[in-house]
Amino acid sequence: MSTPALDLTALTVGQELARREHRLSRDTLVRYAGASGDFNPIHYNDAVATAAGLPGVIAHGMLTMGTAITGLLEEIADPGLLRSYSTRFTNPIEVPPTGEAVLEVVAVVGQIDEDARTARVDLTATVEGTAVLGRARAVIALPEQA
Amino acid sequence: MSTSPDPAFAGRTYPASPAHTVSVAKIAEFAAATGATSPLHTDPGAARAAGYEDVLAPPTFLVSLAQATEAQYIEDPAAGIDFSRVVHGEEAFTLHRPIVAGDVLVPTLTVEKVRAAGGHAMVTTRVDLADPEGIEVASVRSMLVVRGD
Repeated sequence: MSTPALDLTALTVGQELARREHRLSRDTLVRYAGASGDFNPIHYNDAVATAAGLPGVIAHGMLTMGTAITGLLEEIADPGLLRSYSTRFTNPIEVPPTGEAVLEVVAVVGQIDEDARTARVDLTATVEGTAVLGRARAVIALPEQA
Repeated sequence: MSTSPDPAFAGRTYPASPAHTVSVAKIAEFAAATGATSPLHTDPGAARAAGYEDVLAPPTFLVSLAQATEAQYIEDPAAGIDFSRVVHGEEAFTLHRPIVAGDVLVPTLTVEKVRAAGGHAMVTTRVDLADPEGIEVASVRSMLVVRGD
């Protein structure tokens, strides 16, 4: 990617740090199941998902959480700067048998703590306009000012 | 059989679980599965050049170890949690330092809260991860909603 490196010493509240579209397919879900060890069948089996009262197969909440942070991590370049990351799961993402669900994520600086040299970054994650994560927040360490 | 989570479990801390070694292969697999593109997750040379001892785990990587640790509570029939009714409510990771391949982590499970809310029950667990010397490295807090009838 040709994105210029973000200057972490000069962030401002309200600044947009990342904006991404992530495509989630059944293939994505199966790969995440294998990587994470979460083999709950509601994430790959329509009959089981429907019997559980869901509209169909849904994405793992933790896949959504893990995916939603990647744009921010690309912009800050060093994922090791992350100090905390938390979210609520507000709506499931239905993933069709063929095709994709499109997860849109925007990361904006919510607060800067000058004493701790950290910034809180607020993520909004939506699918077709519906929020799928709530109060999704990441805290990143900031470099000492020159 | 309809069960509801037993509030008597709240506050319980379990004995430490067996130590777990973070592997290069699982980090790479997890990074690929979540679309984490940084070479620091997959290239040991790049990770060392950035000041890390080995490849860096993605932020939510510890969920697998945390959920395996939570299972001793969630899957205990005495806890009264019907897993077919469970929905993930919240998740939070606190990293006191970055997690890298080769880290040996000792997980300890605490059941923080069990409470009823509007026909549902909410259970909050915390898994603290320490190094073999007992220094806290990270913690993972998870809230599950157990749907009522």
